[in-house]
Amino acid sequence: MIEMTQVSKTFGGARPAVDDLSLSIAAGEFVVLIGSSGSGKSTLLRMINRLVEPDRGEILVNGVDIRRQRPEDLRRRMGYAIQSIGLFPHWTVAQNIGTVPRLLKWTKARIDARVDELLALLHLDPAEFRHRYPHQLSGGQQQRVGVARALAADPDVLLMDEPFGALDPVTRGALQEELLRIHALSGKTVVLVTHDIDEALQLGSHIVLMNQGRIVQQGRPLDLLRRPANAFVHDFVGRTEIGLRLLALDRVAGRLRPNEAAVGEPISADLSLREALSTFVARRVDRLPVVDDQGRPAGALFFSDLLERQL
Amino acid sequence: MSRVQSALALSLLALIVLTGWLPHAGPAFALLFPDRDRLIYRQDDFADLILAHLAIVGASSLLAALLGSGVALAATRRWGLAFRPLLETLLAVSQALPPVAVLAVATPLIGFGPLPALIALFLYGLLPIAQGMLAGLDSVPEGAREVARGLGMTPAQTLWQVELPLAAPVVLAGLRTSVTINIGTAALASTVGVKTLGLPIIIGLSGFNTPYVLQGAVLVGLLALTVDLAFAALSEPLGRWRAPQPSPGEPTLAGAD
Repeated sequence: MIEMTQVSKTFGGARPAVDDLSLSIAAGEFVVLIGSSGSGKSTLLRMINRLVEPDRGEILVNGVDIRRQRPEDLRRRMGYAIQSIGLFPHWTVAQNIGTVPRLLKWTKARIDARVDELLALLHLDPAEFRHRYPHQLSGGQQQRVGVARALAADPDVLLMDEPFGALDPVTRGALQEELLRIHALSGKTVVLVTHDIDEALQLGSHIVLMNQGRIVQQGRPLDLLRRPANAFVHDFVGRTEIGLRLLALDRVAGRLRPNEAAVGEPISADLSLREALSTFVARRVDRLPVVDDQGRPAGALFFSDLLERQL
Repeated sequence: MSRVQSALALSLLALIVLTGWLPHAGPAFALLFPDRDRLIYRQDDFADLILAHLAIVGASSLLAALLGSGVALAATRRWGLAFRPLLETLLAVSQALPPVAVLAVATPLIGFGPLPALIALFLYGLLPIAQGMLAGLDSVPEGAREVARGLGMTPAQTLWQVELPLAAPVVLAGLRTSVTINIGTAALASTVGVKTLGLPIIIGLSGFNTPYVLQGAVLVGLLALTVDLAFAALSEPLGRWRAPQPSPGEPTLAGAD
C-alpha cells in the first residue's frame, strides 16, 4: 500500500528529522508511529501526503510514485486529521465534514447524504449537530467531526497526527474504541502518530517506534513488549509497567473459565485483563463473575489465570 | 432589527432631515446668532456637498483598500514574507505625514484640485487597511491552514475559503477605521479648492462666520457617524461563528487620530 524507501529530510538544523528510513505499510493495517517529540514521526506522516517533501528517497502509494501526482489530488484521496483545533471555525459541522467532497465536486445531495451517514457512524445525531459551529461542540465532539471529515470522501488511507492528544482520558478512550470499530468495519489503512505508548498498544496492529529520525523497532504490540530490541525500547514501553501493558492487550473473554461461577458484581467479557486485574485488587477477591455483551453469565475469571499466556 | 441597525437608521434619518432642513433654518440660526445677516451657507447645495465628499472619500478609500490589502496579502505569502518589515515601516511613515503637509507639498507640484487631495487621503487611509489585513491574516489559526492544505485545498482555495473568511472581521474593522478617519480628513481638501463638506467650514473660518462652520462640522460629524454605523451593521454577521459574540460595532483597531 505505502512503500517508503530510504527517505531523508533535514530542516535547517544539522541533524536530519528523518534519516534514511524505509518502511512498508500493508493495506488494511493500523500503523502507529510512536516516539518522543523530535523523533521524526510527524515528519514521516506528513511526507505521505506531501505536506513535507523528502530530500532523498522515494515513496510509493499503491505502486505509484507520489511525486508524479498533483499534491492536492493525492491529499484528497487520503483522509487527514490533526488535533481538535483543526476544524474550520467559520464553517458548520456539515460544511466541515463536506470539505473534501466539495473539493471533489460531488453533487450537493450526495454530500448531504454522506454527511448524515458519517455523523451517524460517529454517534452524533445529524439533526442536532449538522448546523452547529465548532465552538458549540465539546472537545470530544469536535474530534469526532474531525474524524468524520477525514473519512468523508471514503479514502483508502487515513493519516492522523495525534488526533486525540488534547482530549481528557475518558473521551480519548471512547474515541479510540470508535476508531478501532471504524477500522475493523472499513478495512482502511490507518497511519496514526502518537507519543502515548498506551494509545499505540491499544490501537496499532503494527507499531513503529522511532528515535532521532530512524526506526528503532517495529512489529506487533506484543513483540515490542516481549522482545524489546534494546534498552531504549525497553524504557519506552515502560520498564515497570510492561506486565500491565501485556495484560492490556488481552480481554477477559480469552481467559475465562466458562463452567465456573463466582459471586459479586459481574464484569464484562470485553474488559481488558488490565482492568480486570484492577478489579481483583480493588475488591480483594481471587475470582470474578463474567457476563457476555448481552449481560448473560459467561463464566468466571480466576486471578491465577492472568499469568497464563496462550500467545 | 439589531441595536446597530436601529442606530444606523436613526443616524441616516438625522442626516437626511438635517440636510433638507438647513436651507430653511435661517430663523433658528437667527436666534443663536442675533447680530449676523448671512446665517446659512448658500454657495452650494448641502446634498451636493455630501455627495462630493463621499465621492472623494470613496475613491481614495477604494484605492487604499485595493493597494493596502494587496500589499498586506503579498507580505503574508511565503514568497513575500521578506518584505513585511519594509512594508510596516513604509506604512508607519505614511501615517506620520499629516494630511495638511501632504496637501501643502503636493499642491505646488500637481496644482490645485482633487488630485493632491486624493493622494493625501489615499496615503492616510493605507495604514489602517493594511494593518487590518495583516492582523486579520495573523489571526487565522495555524491548524486551519495546515488542515486546509492537508485536505487538498490549493493555495487559492485556502485563501478564499479559509483565510479571508476568518480574517474578514478584522479586515473590515481596518477598512472601517480608514474610511471613518478619511471622512473627517477629507474636509481639509477644501483648502486646495476641492468641493467637500469642508467648504462651509473653511469659508466660515476665513470669514469669521461661526454658523457656516457649525453647519459644515455637524454634517461631517453626522456623515462619519452614519458610515461608521453602516460598517458596524455590515460586520455584525461576519463574526457569527465566533465563540462569544463580540460586542457589536466594536472596532478592533485604534483610530490613528
